[in-house]
This record gives sequence, structure tokens and C-alpha cells, in this order.
Amino acid sequence: MTTATPPVKEPKNYLNAEHGLRSWLLTQDHKRIAILYLIAVSAFFVVGGLMAVLIRLELATPAGDLMDSNTYNKVFTMHGVIMIFFFLIPSIPAILGNFLLPLMIGAKDLAFPRINLISWYVYMLGGTFGVIVLLSGGVDTGWTFYTPFSSSYSNGYVVLTALAAFINGFSSILTGLNFIVTVHRMRAPGLTWFRLPLFVWAHYSTSVIMILGTPVIAVTLFLLMLERGLHIGFFDPAYGGDPVLFQHLFWFYSHPAVYIMILPSMGVISEVISTFSSKKPFGYTFIAFSSVAIAVFGFLVWGHHLYVSSQSAYAGMVFSILSYIVAIPSAIKVFNWAATMYKGSVRLEAPMLYAIGFIGLFTVGGLTGLFLAAMGLDVHLTDTYFVIAHFHYVMVGGAIMGYQAGIHFWWPKIVGRMYPRAWATVAAILTFVGFNLTFFPQFILGYLGMPRRYHVYPPEFQVFNVLSSAGASVLGLGYLIPAIYLIWSIKNGEPAGANPWGATGLEWQTSSPPPTENFEVTPVVTTEAYDYTALTLTTQEVTHVG
Amino acid sequence: MASHTAVATKAAAHSHPGYGELRHHFESHEQQKDSATIGMWVFLLTELMFFGGLFLAYFIYRQWYPEAFASASNKTDLWLGAFNTTVLICSSLTMALAVHAASKGKRILLVGFLVATLLLGGAFLGVKAYEYHDKWVHHEIPGDHFECEGCHDEVHTPLFFALYFGMTGLHASHMIIGFGVLLVLIWQAWSGKFTEKWYTPIEMFGLYWHFVDIVWIFLFPLLYLIDRTGRSLL
Repeated sequence: MTTATPPVKEPKNYLNAEHGLRSWLLTQDHKRIAILYLIAVSAFFVVGGLMAVLIRLELATPAGDLMDSNTYNKVFTMHGVIMIFFFLIPSIPAILGNFLLPLMIGAKDLAFPRINLISWYVYMLGGTFGVIVLLSGGVDTGWTFYTPFSSSYSNGYVVLTALAAFINGFSSILTGLNFIVTVHRMRAPGLTWFRLPLFVWAHYSTSVIMILGTPVIAVTLFLLMLERGLHIGFFDPAYGGDPVLFQHLFWFYSHPAVYIMILPSMGVISEVISTFSSKKPFGYTFIAFSSVAIAVFGFLVWGHHLYVSSQSAYAGMVFSILSYIVAIPSAIKVFNWAATMYKGSVRLEAPMLYAIGFIGLFTVGGLTGLFLAAMGLDVHLTDTYFVIAHFHYVMVGGAIMGYQAGIHFWWPKIVGRMYPRAWATVAAILTFVGFNLTFFPQFILGYLGMPRRYHVYPPEFQVFNVLSSAGASVLGLGYLIPAIYLIWSIKNGEPAGANPWGATGLEWQTSSPPPTENFEVTPVVTTEAYDYTALTLTTQEVTHVG
Repeated sequence: MASHTAVATKAAAHSHPGYGELRHHFESHEQQKDSATIGMWVFLLTELMFFGGLFLAYFIYRQWYPEAFASASNKTDLWLGAFNTTVLICSSLTMALAVHAASKGKRILLVGFLVATLLLGGAFLGVKAYEYHDKWVHHEIPGDHFECEGCHDEVHTPLFFALYFGMTGLHASHMIIGFGVLLVLIWQAWSGKFTEKWYTPIEMFGLYWHFVDIVWIFLFPLLYLIDRTGRSLL
């Protein structure tokens, strides 16, 4: 990579500041680390996605013709482990959050750039163990690792998988720690808490969950490894332990982890909806505090995963009520986004299409969550495809749609070039249609009684399963097309300019791609966030700077 | 949103002698120090939750199986535990004195207190290793070779030992990490890296060391003291 004459036209930015592999692998620039995460996380998304392809292929027919039960168990387990621990949890925070947080608050970097880089290496180390598990035959416990099956009976590589998730947890702790300190101490002059973009509020709340929840899953997996590896038992009744304790500890993290996945997405949606309505978000403080409320109440609802696990009915009632309560801040967000669009000048660009898709799908996912929070109904629906459909509406329809919205929104900022917008529109629509076709039939399947985690099913369920598998291929196309045009646009897209969407955040006031130090001059903030009137005055000026 | 007439606050970005390196993304030494402090406290919060899971398991099982826990806790060596508690409290003192010496810019004193902390930490780990070995010899490590003479509840007694090894093991691993960091700090202190204006790493490590100490202050009564009904304390 020793070109004698560097391209003259391109101003210095974080991408062309240095060259060579070494400059990437040892970088402490949050923007470059975000790119490192983008590449690694995308790779895991592909692997997890391939597992989903195998699952949908197998389920296209009632008989188990593609693989045996054992293989099927391993496939859905790896799908869950990879998608949750290696894709969903790091996706928005570690990629978009990493890239944008310092830019949005007018800082030069996160508070701890070295720790930021270390977090990526920790993620890669965890990922390496994940890949080793995958290549050496997998694990069949389901992503939930329930004891005593995982600790005493499973045939897979439980210790290695637990170790992968354990190590990976530290990467998310380090990211959360970095974000919290950054938001507290790195804000530009004049940027008070209530001038922060809602994306920052969402990431701050997410970080709180990361630093308080993740260590609990870490210690739980540590105990699981001791029990499985050394027979120093805590959960298996054969060792005197209680398997339900494992479930409590596991869900104490893993339910809040759902909010680690969805809150950053909600942050993205708040930005996108406001920008493409050219309107200040309706009820800024409500949206901001609803993120905090979700983070707090999210820690108090884990028991709704244990209605059928010998938890007392009274505990169940408390958890049921708390689970209803956590729906309130989520609903506040949905109503406020809708109110933001109302009488705004709505532009249906690709990020906005994804965001609107998010609102619809997340609403369905959230409302069906209330079905599952109801103790009586949950007994009927537990471990059926209804649960699968519910959390895919939240995780894929919610978290990934939000991720897609964010990638499409900030891509021009990240690479400095615009993707083909027509194709992006096609992809957004395909994703929405494909998603619904895939997962809506699963609500019906589940309600009719098809259990999750089986690859053989009665023939009367086939219609819905074929619909679902067909939908999955449309959904797959919806993911493939952006992968192609986004990569294509890196070299061939039109230069995007500093602020292609007419957005208000500080990140749009620096050039695209931003220079290594983010801003030529540390910005001083004098107005509230989302001030579109001020924008019309300064856009002209900004494009010159860009 | 932001005014472009902003004046650069570069003035503060130049390094002042004695304050150590000001990393490029900070505006002032104060901001840099604050960030480190908040970061350390957030990390300790994480650590609290990390140990919290084990404490929770301990409280639940102790509540359920008091006899098993009472008889099993008699197997721990009270005197070694008490000795180690003393050693660790002393090491907290020397660590606090080290931070104080650093704040006065007394290099030799700083190195001395850090070395004292290191030696006390090493003594703790040595005693802990001896205790583990003793448990090994007596087949008191849960697992395939577990035996417990005179234990009332054979099913649940291993739980106590599992928690004993889980909790003290996690604690000891923190001591070992601390030991390694101390070695680096001693070397840095010796080569004069810290000044009275800048000794953030010493202060941050002090917080960590005290935290690890406090964890032990809870572990000692839970594992060694409570319910030693089988024989008198003295």
C-alpha cells in the first residue's frame, strides 16, 4: 500500500489518515474501532444467518429430512448464541455507538481509547472460542444453557461455549464503562444533559445495563464452567444444588440483555424519525427518561421467564405486574415517535422506511410480550413458536430494523459516500415484507401448539412453516441487497457531503468522513438538540466547511 | 446547533510539567483525572455485581441448608483465616500510605509502601494456597473425590465447599491480578514516573485493592466465622 501520489482531492479524514493493516489493528480512533467491529460483527451475522437458513430449510417439511435431532439442536443453539452474544449485543453500541457517541457530544474520542481497542480484541477472543466450538462440533443446550442439562448431560462443548460468552461479556462491560465516562466527562462546552441527542440517552441507559447486568451472567457462566468442567456443583441437584437458581441468575442478565439490544435501536429511531420529519421529537424528556426507566425496570422483570419453572405464584404475580409496567416507557416512545411524524414534513428515504417498519414491528413484538407476561396465558404459550415469533419481532423486527435504519442513516457519514437510494428503498420494503411473512405465521403456529426446538412436526403445521421458510428467503434477500450496495458505494457512491439528510446533530457538522480528531474546532453548543430553525441558517456555512 | 464562532480551547491542551502525559482527546488534566476516577468506580460497580451472584447463591443455600453449612464451616481453618484477614487489612493500610506518599511526591516511601503491599498480598496468597492444598489432601474439594468426615448432610455439604472455592477462588484471582499490577507500579514508581501532581494509576489501583480487601472482609465471616457451633471459637 505505498502509493506515491495520494489522491489530491480527498481531504484528510480518519480513513485515509494512515494506511496498512497495522494502522487499523493498533488504532485507538473510535471511528476505526467501529469499523473493526462492523467487519467482525457482520461476519458473525452471516454465520448466524446461515444457521437460520438451515433451520428454515429443515422446517419446510414435517419430517426430519435434512438433519437428525442432534444436529438440529446444535444448529439452533449456535444460531441463538451467535446472534445474541456476537451480533445483537455488540451491533449498534459497538459499531454505531462507538462511531457516533464522541461525534454527537463534540468530543475527540471516547474517554478511554485504549480500553476501546482492548474491548474489540476481547470480543475477537470470545469470537475465536465461538468459532472453535462451531468447527469442533457445536453445542446443543440452546442459548439458555439451562442446568442440569448443560452441566451434566449435554454432548456439546458447553465449557468452551460458556467461555466464549463469558469473555465476550467483558467486551461489552468495557464498552459500557467507556460510554458512561464519556457521556459524563467528554461533552462539549454548552452541551448539557438535556441538550444531548436521544441516541446518547439511549446508549447511556444501555451502558448502565451492560455494566450492572453483564457481570452477573459472567459469574453464572463461571459457576456453570466449574460445575461442568470440575464437578464443583452449584445447580445440579446431584451436587445438592438447585437448577432454578441458574435460571434466576441467567435471566437476571438475559432479560435486561434484551434491552441492551433494543434500547440502542430506539435511540437510532428517535434520530431518524426526527430528521426525516424535520421536526423536534415530540416529548424529548419523555423519550429520554423512558430509556432510563426501561433500564431500571428491565432489571425487575426476569421472573416472567420462570412462570412454569416452579417459581411461586405470588412471585409470578409481582413479576407479571412489573413486566406490564416496563411496557409503559416503551409505549411512550412509540406514541412520541408517531406524534413526531404528525404534521412533520415526512420524507420517505430508506432510513425512514426502516424506522417506520421498526415502529410497526416493535409494536407487535411488544404487545405480544404482554400476552407472555400474563401468567395464565403464558402457560399455554411457553416454549411454543409464539415465543419465537414474539422475540423475533422485537429482536429482528425491532433491533435489526433499527440497526439497518442506523446504518443507512449514518453510512454517508461513515464512508463519505451515498449508496443508491432506490435500491435501499427496495431493500427496506423487502425486509419488511419478508420479515412479516417469516414470523407472523409463527404466532399462529405457536398458538396452535407447535413447540420450539423440534425439527419434526405434525403435517397440519406445514402450511405455516412453508410460509415462514418462503418469507425467510425474501428476508434473506432484504439483507443481501444492502450488503452489496453498501460495499459498492464505498468506492463508487456519490460523495455525500457533510449533511446529506438535513439533520441537526453535531456529527453532521463535521465533514464526511470525519477527520481523525472529529472536529477542526471543538464545537460550542448554544441551543437545544433538534433545532431545525438554526439548521437552515448554518447549512450553507457547514457545506463550505465540509 | 453549535455556533461556529467557537474559540478553540487549545490553550489547556499543552502538557504541563509534572502532570504526566495529557492524552490528545482531553482538554485538561482535571478532565483526564476525573474520567479515570469515574471509570474506576464504574468498574468497581461491575465487580460488585460480579461477586454479587456468588453472595446471592451463598445466602440462598445457607438459608435452605443451615445444618450442612454449620458443620461444613467447621472444616475451615479459623486461625489461618484470621491471619489472612489481618494480613489483608495491613496491606490496605500500606496501600493507603502508598497513595499518601505519592501525593507528597516521596518516591522512596512510595516504593517502600508498594513493596510492603506486594509482600502482604503475597503472604495472603501463600496462606490461601496452603489452605487449598490442605482441602485437597482431605478430599474436601467438591467433585468426584469428595469426602466429608462427620458431616450431617452429605447431599448439601459439598455446596458449602463449592461456594468456598468459588468465592475465595474468584477473590484470589483478583489478588493475583492485583499482584501483577503492583509489580508494574513498583517498577514505574522506582523509575520516577509519578509526581505529586500526577499519580492517578497509584490512586486507581488503591481503589481496586481496597475493593478486593472489602470483599474478603465479607468472605471471612461468611465462610469461617458463622455457625461454628461444633467447637468453641477459642
